[in-house]
Amino acid sequence: MSTDRNLIQLITPAGERISHPEFDPWVKDIGDEQLCSLYEDLTVIRRIDVEATALQRQGELGLWPPLLGQEAAQVGSGRALREDDFVFSSYRENGVAYCRGVDLTDITRVWRGNASSGWDPYTVNMATPQIIIGAQTLHATGYAMGIQNDGADSVAVTYFGDGATSEGDVNEAMVFAASFQAPVVFFCSNNHWAISEPVRLQSHIQLADRATGFGIPSLRVDGNDVLAVMAATRVALDRARHGGGPTFIEAVTYRMGPHTTADDPTRYRDANELEDWAAKDPVERVKALLERKGLLTDQVQQQVRDKAEAVAREIRSGCIGMPDPEPLDVFKHVYSAPNSWLDRQQDHYARYLASFGDPAGATSEEGAR
Amino acid sequence: MTQMTFARAINSGLRKSLENDPKVILMGEDIGTLGGVFRVTDGLQKDFGTHRVVDTPLAESAIMGAAVGLAYRGYRPVVEIQFDGFIYPAFDQIVSQVAKLHYRTQGAVKMPITIRVPFGGGIGSPEHHSESPEAYFTHTSGLRVVSVSNPQDAHTVIQQAILSDDPVLYFEPKRRYHDKGEVDEGIDPRTALPMDTARVVMEGADVTLVAYGPLVKTARDAAIAAADDGISIEVIDLRSLAPVDYATLEASVRKTGRLVVTHEAGQSGGLGAEVAASITERCFYHLEAAPVRITGFDIPYPYSKLEMHHLPGLDRILDGVDRALGRPNSLSGLEG
Repeated sequence: MSTDRNLIQLITPAGERISHPEFDPWVKDIGDEQLCSLYEDLTVIRRIDVEATALQRQGELGLWPPLLGQEAAQVGSGRALREDDFVFSSYRENGVAYCRGVDLTDITRVWRGNASSGWDPYTVNMATPQIIIGAQTLHATGYAMGIQNDGADSVAVTYFGDGATSEGDVNEAMVFAASFQAPVVFFCSNNHWAISEPVRLQSHIQLADRATGFGIPSLRVDGNDVLAVMAATRVALDRARHGGGPTFIEAVTYRMGPHTTADDPTRYRDANELEDWAAKDPVERVKALLERKGLLTDQVQQQVRDKAEAVAREIRSGCIGMPDPEPLDVFKHVYSAPNSWLDRQQDHYARYLASFGDPAGATSEEGAR
Repeated sequence: MTQMTFARAINSGLRKSLENDPKVILMGEDIGTLGGVFRVTDGLQKDFGTHRVVDTPLAESAIMGAAVGLAYRGYRPVVEIQFDGFIYPAFDQIVSQVAKLHYRTQGAVKMPITIRVPFGGGIGSPEHHSESPEAYFTHTSGLRVVSVSNPQDAHTVIQQAILSDDPVLYFEPKRRYHDKGEVDEGIDPRTALPMDTARVVMEGADVTLVAYGPLVKTARDAAIAAADDGISIEVIDLRSLAPVDYATLEASVRKTGRLVVTHEAGQSGGLGAEVAASITERCFYHLEAAPVRITGFDIPYPYSKLEMHHLPGLDRILDGVDRALGRPNSLSGLEG
């Protein structure tokens, strides 16, 4: 077993700001106003999660992967990025997507089944979230090799979970990133559970220590501490921008909800564990800090609540009002140029649809004939 | 026109692509200093630098996944898979990412990746060095799959593959690497015969014989031999395996009324099955006989002392031609 490295922490679960000589300088620009802004982000993202879960329960979304409990890991890192950095994430980083400026309706598009990608990756410099576990870490590494070739100083940042660290792709990505000293940050959200499998099934050592074997420096940070996550991410980004190569960040957090809305965590984990982590809640601790600092005025609280409710309303109306795709859209964009096989299938299916008179009628399954 | 080997013709095509587009980047195992185990990339790293011709660690999934990331960044990666049998670690990245990203992103992200795969047998190698995995990829939507049969096409089509905004699997018949042919390096890939078209390489009247990659030469030899017996075979080089150029095949079969398809890959679920089914659908009333498939067997690629039994040769192809023509053949008297 490796040494149990202390977590980097700047805000205690009780909301006390503690000093850390090595990491304080990286967040010295975060004053009262910025702290309130981070609190707003955390609150809004939690509200998005609640709204999306409700939309799933009401049949408006097919599925939703809640990020409850992981807000600080996503906001702390997401708000550390520059616009020209590029994110390659998993499906759970909807909080990061919010930080990147993804349109609120677009966040639900995939989960409603209206598209396989909610947004054009180039408009927000965030790739379509990846469903194949860990595959995106290689894309980030390749993208970072491209940054290197271009002589740019932006960074590719990839998000993945504790389960993904067992995947070959993640390990191969670290081999490549180290070999080419690519400007990539491996951000591992260790939320302790890969659906029903606990992190101890994936690894007998701390995940951050795995990076050492690849020759990649790593940081182990309290993932429920938004400031500590921001500081660690900035350290990693700075290293990558200045030719120092990749960094692995293990953000120690907890998935307080189910894997997705289709999952039932009571079948595999103890309720006590959830209670322990509720005491380390990432949103509550910033709220407590603001309270200690006398910043949590009625006005601030009201503003944050209003913003969260407005976002929730926009998500809901955007989701429900989303137009259904057209039947023949099923053939679109498989290729970027004509393809004789597919063009023939499309032509035949269009004729089939037209044979009903009303093309929409053909898609209503049993009722079609 | 210059006389050059198949391998040299690909090398020359790669060189042109590297010269013409700074976004073209070659990646693979041993492709740099060594010039590739078949020397196809010989000298390119020396001339274009280690950042354009990249020797990678030994991880095929990473090579492919990194190519996806580079494509996201606007590059045109050309990936070498050292041998056909080594492509499977990259299969997930090819099928789940390379093939689907354009569709997934509604056209926002292009994947102009060329995947070069030396394939096929006949070189006396141990296991995993002689496979024909093309059907896995022709079955995967989002990919274009080509195979070249002669130095000129090798030279032109590699450039067309790299110019394509869609991902292309480019299957190189490794047992033909040392074959020589005339190559016109001045041919513009943009105006040459498009990559997704088949070519009639020998005209004939009695049977249409469809082949691709290494077996085009065998098919031609078979047609020449058959001519001595008064049988006129039309040989078609498929070139594009996905999509198949059925217009060219249909025109030929409407004329000959008979179809024989040959490939090294196993029979069941292979490309020959797809060609036979599609031609039957499209020109059933022009067919005088059932389509015939002459293929490798449905076995793992055998050890080299037996490989010539597995690989369709001239005589086995002609036996199939006899079957299509209703002439005495090895299966005469058997039903079905």
